[in-house]
Amino acid sequence: MKNIWKKHGVLERRSIVLTVAILLVVSVGGLVEIAPLFYLESTIEKVKGVRPYTPLELAGRDIYIREGCYNCHSQMIRPLRDEVERYGHYSLAAESMYDHPFQWGSKRTGPDLARVGGKYSDDWHRDHLIDPRSVVPESVMPPYAFLSGRELETKDVQAKLAAMTKVGVPYTQDMIDNAKADLMTQADPFAPARDLKGRYGEAVLQRDFDGDPARLTEMDALIAYMQMLGTLVDFSTYEAEAPENLR
Amino acid sequence: MSKRETDEVTGVETTGHEWDGIRELDNPLPRWWLWVFYASVAFAIVYWVLMPAWPGINGYTKGMMGHSDRAQVAQQLETLRQVRGEGAARLTNATLQEIEADPDLQQYALAVGQSVFGDNCATCHGVGGAGAKGYPNLLDDIWLWDGTLDGIHHTLQVGIRSGAEGARFSQMPAFGRDQLLTSAQINDLTELVMVLSRRDGDRAAADRARPIFAEQCASCHGPAGLGDHTQGAPNLTDAEWLYGASREEIRTQIWSGRNGVMPAWAGRFDDETLKALAVYVHANAGGR
Repeated sequence: MKNIWKKHGVLERRSIVLTVAILLVVSVGGLVEIAPLFYLESTIEKVKGVRPYTPLELAGRDIYIREGCYNCHSQMIRPLRDEVERYGHYSLAAESMYDHPFQWGSKRTGPDLARVGGKYSDDWHRDHLIDPRSVVPESVMPPYAFLSGRELETKDVQAKLAAMTKVGVPYTQDMIDNAKADLMTQADPFAPARDLKGRYGEAVLQRDFDGDPARLTEMDALIAYMQMLGTLVDFSTYEAEAPENLR
Repeated sequence: MSKRETDEVTGVETTGHEWDGIRELDNPLPRWWLWVFYASVAFAIVYWVLMPAWPGINGYTKGMMGHSDRAQVAQQLETLRQVRGEGAARLTNATLQEIEADPDLQQYALAVGQSVFGDNCATCHGVGGAGAKGYPNLLDDIWLWDGTLDGIHHTLQVGIRSGAEGARFSQMPAFGRDQLLTSAQINDLTELVMVLSRRDGDRAAADRARPIFAEQCASCHGPAGLGDHTQGAPNLTDAEWLYGASREEIRTQIWSGRNGVMPAWAGRFDDETLKALAVYVHANAGGR
């Protein structure tokens, strides 16, 4: 036993050996804490309703990330009484399974947005993004009025969906091929929606989100994204107390 | 090279290593530090046994205490429900009218209503309920839709143009944008609305607009412009305006017909909360 302790000289005298040994020791933490999340069935609950983002929502999500909304807004309702009372059912892992990267966040200068979908009207979101203090006088949020003046960039929408498939989002070839059409359809309340809803489900919101029917703006995309947040899971069929869902 | 000896200056043993005449003192770790370290290791082992900890092939060790964050929050919510139980049960069993008639129960409903209003409704309707342009004032007794106790309760449940089943729905057409009327006709109609609301309008233009009003507007707003609560059509003769009172704002509304949306709250609140909220709004508004 005593001799083993004497052997550290082997590590200390050879930098490569020391580096490899450090890597081995440090990786134990990752292997034990992270790797099991990829194979354990219980990591992500089985729930009904979660679907990949529509092309318009995905574009809105990219704007959300571009503008750094996550710096002030979390999307993670923790299983704590006061959070559940204020925001609704605590967030499930399944609800962010198609988020790459996830938007859980760790900073709440503003409120959590995990279930903001459907809580306010499109008009409210538009008014609020243009001038937050016009509807919430005590708000410290910066205005994002320029979003309603910027045309939504749509030429790379197919590539965006294709990129998501590389990290495991189950977009079908059909969804990728029709991404541009689906995007335009969702922002136009008068466009025939059968194909869009066939691909993404009946509950997809199809509206002129920014109140400006003449143009497709970044405001349309961002509001479309916000209005579906937290609305996918059907909690009437979700058994929160089932043993496999307890954490 | 490995020769332990005692340093003369400090009286501490050396490690026995020597490089170019430099020797290293072998000071032991402070005892308190070492014991804290051992205690941490012992704590970790106890923690592994008691709490969910180690991942395995098919699951993870659940721990002997059976701890679960999600079970805990469910239990806390259940406790909360029991604390509120008596009041909540009374709200559930009483009709809206009975709640208003019973001062105790009404007081309870107002307290619940105020807190829920602050968290959810004030974002649009303002902290006190005074509203803003596009968001109705809930403090006056002027209503777009049914302002009775039952009417408010219904609006809360289904919303307005919310897309929910049975939602209150009506649509102000965009007469200008959708080219239903000409720009000149809309100018005349604007003057008529100014006259109807007893303000300074061009009477000749207003008279020109009367047949258009009868044809296009009267079916919702009524022949005299008094509005209709069943369709959410505002009274055009009073001093209250959702989208602004000025001539330009009235013209804009005729031109592009904004139609506000109120979300449906039936899925977000339980029955007693919806009732409390209806009583709260009704009491604030001086009700009908």
